[in-house]
Amino acid sequence: MKVGTSSGSAVVTLPTDTQILITREFAAPKHLVYQAWTTPELIKRWWSGDRGEVTIAEVDLRVGGTWRYAMAANGGFEVAFHGEYLEIVENERIVSTEIYEGMPGEEGAVTTAIFSEGDGRTTLTLLMELPSREVRDVVIDSGMEGGMQEALDHLEQIAASRA
Amino acid sequence: MARAATTTDAFNAVAEPRRRQILDVLAAGERPVNDLVAQLGLAQPLVSKHLRVLRQVGLVEVREEGRQRLYRLNGHPLKPIHDWVKNYERSWSQRFDRLDAVLAELKEKEQADESRNE
Repeated sequence: MKVGTSSGSAVVTLPTDTQILITREFAAPKHLVYQAWTTPELIKRWWSGDRGEVTIAEVDLRVGGTWRYAMAANGGFEVAFHGEYLEIVENERIVSTEIYEGMPGEEGAVTTAIFSEGDGRTTLTLLMELPSREVRDVVIDSGMEGGMQEALDHLEQIAASRA
Repeated sequence: MARAATTTDAFNAVAEPRRRQILDVLAAGERPVNDLVAQLGLAQPLVSKHLRVLRQVGLVEVREEGRQRLYRLNGHPLKPIHDWVKNYERSWSQRFDRLDAVLAELKEKEQADESRNE
């Protein structure tokens, strides 16, 4: 049996100068999207995308609980994020902080994930609020997940060591 | 929403909806300020204020023609933002494609469980 197909690409918009909004539709009911979003073994299968392997997915899903994800990126370096759950409504919404560990002292973003269902399909809305324009600039400079900039730095180091 | 009083980059400049409207109009071609006022239905001082901000970040350029000042769009400062958004979109799309595969599996499993219980 053929179940579900890809539902198109993510849409990213910038509603204000400190917000990033991502939306995406999935061919599954929201309780399953929520399950895949919050279950460590499942997070490990998607969170790194094509960039590497997820090495850590820790989820303490309660208000005040923390989360931490790490991946071994294809360039060999590790990228890790952590945060705290501020609000949880099962199958509906999760509000959490998100801090990139590669940038010590950086203030975190606050991310709101909303799962809304219609006709057995789920629209995921991810709104990321950055604390300031300065942080936004860091985020943009870093290629958001650090990965890109780190990969470039890494390349640069290799190039330098061979020069 | 709190916003810094001064605008120093293209990103911030396009975060304001009326300035995006001005850019949309200018995307169709060069315009004198009166045309912008008429098309947007805003007061001239407000349009002039937004044009000033857009000029500061290089998104709008102006030239004199006779007694008129003509404004035109320069999209170049938007390129880094555009590139970043595209890159960000691509990396989330890769994640979501993997999530699709996980969801298809969960759905199949749930349906199998349901039919067993019938």
